[in-house]
Formats: sequence, C-alpha cells, structure tokens
Amino acid sequence: MAEAVVRYLRDGRLDGEHAPALALEGSLQCCSLAAGAMLHVTAALASQAAAGKAQSRGLVVVAFDRSPEVYLKFMRRRGLDANALNRCVQILDCYTDPLGWKQKFQNRQHQENSTKQFSTNKENITVLRNVKDVNKMMYSITELGGGFEEEGKRYFSIAVDSISSLLRHASVPSISGLLSNLRSHEQVSSIFWLIHSDLHEPKVPRAFECLSTMVACVEPALVDPACVESPGSMSTLEQNYSKAKFIVRLKRRNGRVKHFYEDLYVEGNDVKFDSAPASAEVNQSLVPKVQFNLELSEKERTDRANVVLPFEHQGKGEPIQIYDGRRSLPEGQRDPNLAPALVDELVPKSGTAKGEIHYVRDSDDEQPDSDEDPDDDLDI
Amino acid sequence: MEEYGGGDLLSEAMGSAARVVVVEDCVEAPGAFVLHLLLKRALAGGGAAAFLALAQPFTHYDRILRKMGCNLSLHRRNERLHFFELQAFPAAGGARDGAIADCFVRLYSEIQRVVEATRTGENAGQFTITIDDVSLLEVAAHGSVDNVLDFLYYCVTLTSEMNCSLVILIHEDIYAVEENMGLLLHLRHIADLVVKAAPLSTGLAADVHGQLSVVNKGTFSEQRAKAQKVWSFHFKVKENGTDFFYPGSRH
Repeated sequence: MAEAVVRYLRDGRLDGEHAPALALEGSLQCCSLAAGAMLHVTAALASQAAAGKAQSRGLVVVAFDRSPEVYLKFMRRRGLDANALNRCVQILDCYTDPLGWKQKFQNRQHQENSTKQFSTNKENITVLRNVKDVNKMMYSITELGGGFEEEGKRYFSIAVDSISSLLRHASVPSISGLLSNLRSHEQVSSIFWLIHSDLHEPKVPRAFECLSTMVACVEPALVDPACVESPGSMSTLEQNYSKAKFIVRLKRRNGRVKHFYEDLYVEGNDVKFDSAPASAEVNQSLVPKVQFNLELSEKERTDRANVVLPFEHQGKGEPIQIYDGRRSLPEGQRDPNLAPALVDELVPKSGTAKGEIHYVRDSDDEQPDSDEDPDDDLDI
Repeated sequence: MEEYGGGDLLSEAMGSAARVVVVEDCVEAPGAFVLHLLLKRALAGGGAAAFLALAQPFTHYDRILRKMGCNLSLHRRNERLHFFELQAFPAAGGARDGAIADCFVRLYSEIQRVVEATRTGENAGQFTITIDDVSLLEVAAHGSVDNVLDFLYYCVTLTSEMNCSLVILIHEDIYAVEENMGLLLHLRHIADLVVKAAPLSTGLAADVHGQLSVVNKGTFSEQRAKAQKVWSFHFKVKENGTDFFYPGSRH
C-alpha cells in the first residue's frame, strides 16, 4: 500500500481542501527501516514529480537526521539523473549546522587567517543555520518551494525528516503551527514527515497524527517484549532488523478510516514493499496477525457441525430419551397419573434383549429431587 | 594473544562501515575495555584519534594501552592522538545555560579544528572520536540533556563530512527509569552499531567475565546488506587484551 500512499501524495490537494499529509512513525526496534520507508516515499515522490506525473513540480526535503548526500544518493540509485535532481529536488539542510556553531567557528577562523571558505554547498542544498527559529524555517521552505515555479503551475511537496530532531529545538505547539501552516499554504501540494515515536511522550506523536490525513507506522514484524533483554531471542531481533510491518491508516474525507498493511524489507541497497499474502487489508477490528488461524472456513464450519461427540446419545433414529431418575417402567406401562410433560423422558427402550439393568425405586413417596440431606440422621 | 586488526569476533561483528558506535555498559560489566580496543585499533590502522576523557586521567589510559602494546604518549607527541582531559569541564564553570552551551561550542570547534588539521595533513586516514563517557558529559552540563545532544549531533555531522567515526560510551543502568531514558534513546537512535556489555546471564563464572551483544543497525546504504545483524558472544578481559568467544566454545 506504499503505492497508494505515494499516489495520494502525488495527486496532491483538492480544491478547497488542505494538502494531504502523511505521518510516518517508527520506533527504535526498526528505526533504520522507518528511515528506509521515508527515503522510499521521498524518492518515489521526487521521481513522480520529475516525470511530470505529480501535481507538485518539485520536492523540498527538510533534512535533520541524515546528511543531504544520503537523499541525493538514494534518489540517484532510483534512477533520477542530475538534471532531474536539480530541477525537482531542493534540500533544506538542517543537519550540517543546525545551531550555527560551524559558522561561528568559521567566522572566527576567517578573521584569523581568511584563507578557505567553508562551502560544500551544491546547487540544490541550502544550509539553515538557526533551526530554533520556526518562522524563519517556514519562510525558507516556502521560498525554496517557490523556486520550482514553472508555467503557471506552482505546487510543491515537502518532506520533513524528522520531527523528532526538530522537537529538540522547538516546542510541540510551534511545530504543529508550522505543519498546519504549511498544509494550508496555497502552494503546498502534499507534506509528509517522519517521527520516532518512542523518543517522545505518547501524546506528542498523537498531536501530529491529528494533523495528518494518513498515518503509516513501521512496526517490528515480530513482537517480543523481552527481545533486548534475553539472549535467547536473538533471532527475533535479527528478523526485526531486516523486516518490518508497514501499517497504513488512511483518513478519508468523509471521516472513514481504512487500514492496510504491508511487509517492508531491505534488499541490497533498496527498500522493498511486499503486500502480505491474502491479508493486505486488515479488518477494522484489527485482529492481530498470528501464526495460527482464528477463523473457520465455510467447509470447516459444516464439518464441525457434523461431528458426533462421544457423549452425545446416538439414538440411531429412535427418539432420544434421557433418564431423569424418576421411573423405571417400560414405555408401554406408563403411569397414567404422571403429567404428560414428564412422559417423554423415559427409560431407554430395549431393542435388543441382551443385557438390561432393571431398577425399581424403593418407594414413590420420596421426591426425586428433595432438598433433604440424606445423611442428616448420621451422628458424627 | 588476540590479533586486533581483524580476526577476532568483535571486529568481525562490527564490520568496518559503522560510523557511530555506542557502547552500553553497566556497573556489573564495565565496557571501557571496548573503548581501549577500539582506540588501539584506530591508532594501529594508521589513523588518528581524539579522546574526550571525563572518567579517567591520561596516565590511566596510557598504562592500560601500553600493556596492550600501544604507546599513547608517543602517539600524543606525534599528534596522532589528541587527548582532551575534561575532568574540569566546563572550564569556566557557572550554571548559566548559555555558558554551558558556549563551552560545548568551544569544545566542538576544538575537535573540528583537530579533525580538519589531520585531514589536510599528509595522512588522510580514518579519524576516530571517542567519548568516555557521555553520562559524565551530562553531569558536566549540569544535567542539560539538550546541550549534550546538540554537541553529539554536531560530532555526528563530522562523521558524514570528514571520514570520521564516533565511539561513545554510556552507562546504561543510569537510565533504567522510564522518564530519564531520553539521552539513552537518542543515542540508540543515532547509533549505527550498538555494543552492549552485560554480566553473564547464567550467573558468575571464573573464565567468562560477561557477554557482549553487537547489534548492527546499519543504514541500508551499507554494502554488506546480507550480513548478520545481531551478534552475541562472551568475553574475558585479560591484562594484554580481551578474548572473545562463542558460548561453550571454551573448556
């Protein structure tokens, strides 16, 4: 369903709506895979934009966690040439020098000997040196996005990687403000961001989920609560590092929520998605996927209904009679005094005269189900 | 005696591509020996290193590494090892937040200067920055995790720009409580490789000093994608080095 996610981001905003937003969540157990998913979505959207299939003309990547080179390298591997990259990708580099330390240092050096320039900047990388100023960031993003402008169409998409790093420098409300401002900005076609959910209190990822139209969680394929502690579960850990579940929650415009999930794994240098066999769509009830079958097929259900249980009376066509401890008379000699309601529950009829147990009750005075304690005359 | 350039289990498990290595240890099983090994390996391979020492004085490391066959004093004189004694860090004292941040900026720019100087020199080998240990760095920052993280993130940027690697020691058991996990979790997030030293899970033993688990989170841009990601083996710390072996493969 990663395709569906990319499709939604590609199609962009509808008239009179805010831009679609995707929150990508990863946890520590599979954080490299979450990063992989982020790179995948970024590259896929960039190549759609480069091919002119998307609403947006280009993609602005706000890079915190990884150096801009990582994105460019990944996109190049996905078949984007230098020309397309320059045309359609702009990277706002908040990784290299988020607080301006390097610049400070460079200035000092500059005054001392004024020799070399600290410039690794390429055409499509812009270094932001004061991350704490959210307004400035907003300004930089929209300015970079405006650079894509081309023959009237002026939409662009935004990728933020990751919100968790941004949260170290700015408060939750200010970032929420930034995101919703960007969503409602008239030139923004779509926006997506990565967040490491276990670095924050649970309410923080929630706050950002509320702003999004799609939530994609990357979760470990096998859940083992003691996976770090006990050495016995090394294989579980090993598996979790190579494979994860990519769970997508789509919020429709009418408020309906749809769930999907896929397997996410790394193959060579690339990230692959694999729709899980026969269960691509998770039920609304969100039954966890388990090793064994919880549901029965139709055939299994009828088969089960036909099984004769060993304790069941196998009457072979005769009426089923269950002895209630009341009478031992054969059916022909029915006591006419008995209420008809009791009649049908009678002694098994002896079809074969081989062996029978005849039981004659001592007296009929005693009620069969009397509450009287039979042992109360004992003197213990 | 083990051979450290390669061949032993630890270097096999660590591979060569890891940029940020986080070593987690606890009181029962100190992981300082991993730092010593990595420092020795960094210097032996023709590279240079910066060592940020908060836990011990230089003489301590010098003595240990000498037993392991690596002369730190010599390397220091040759400017291959840049040793930062930070017991009194932050130098200018003062609990003001700005002052602490300034100290970190200064420390960082010092490191960057050293790294750049080494790079422009004739040997452009691998540069290793080692921090022993981050928990004390947090103490030095008067408990301000943000300052420490800013500093660490800046060190991480050096790894991608200047062919550096970063080795960080952290005492895991200090962060056992849920609410102050912050620093540990952040470190685990930025790590490419987590080496964790723990006491033997089956109890004490004379010949085994503890177990080491190595988790290679590796970004997938790494070449050896098929390689094993999780390793677990035992270690025995000796005077002149450390033995690594799989459980049950000795005695």
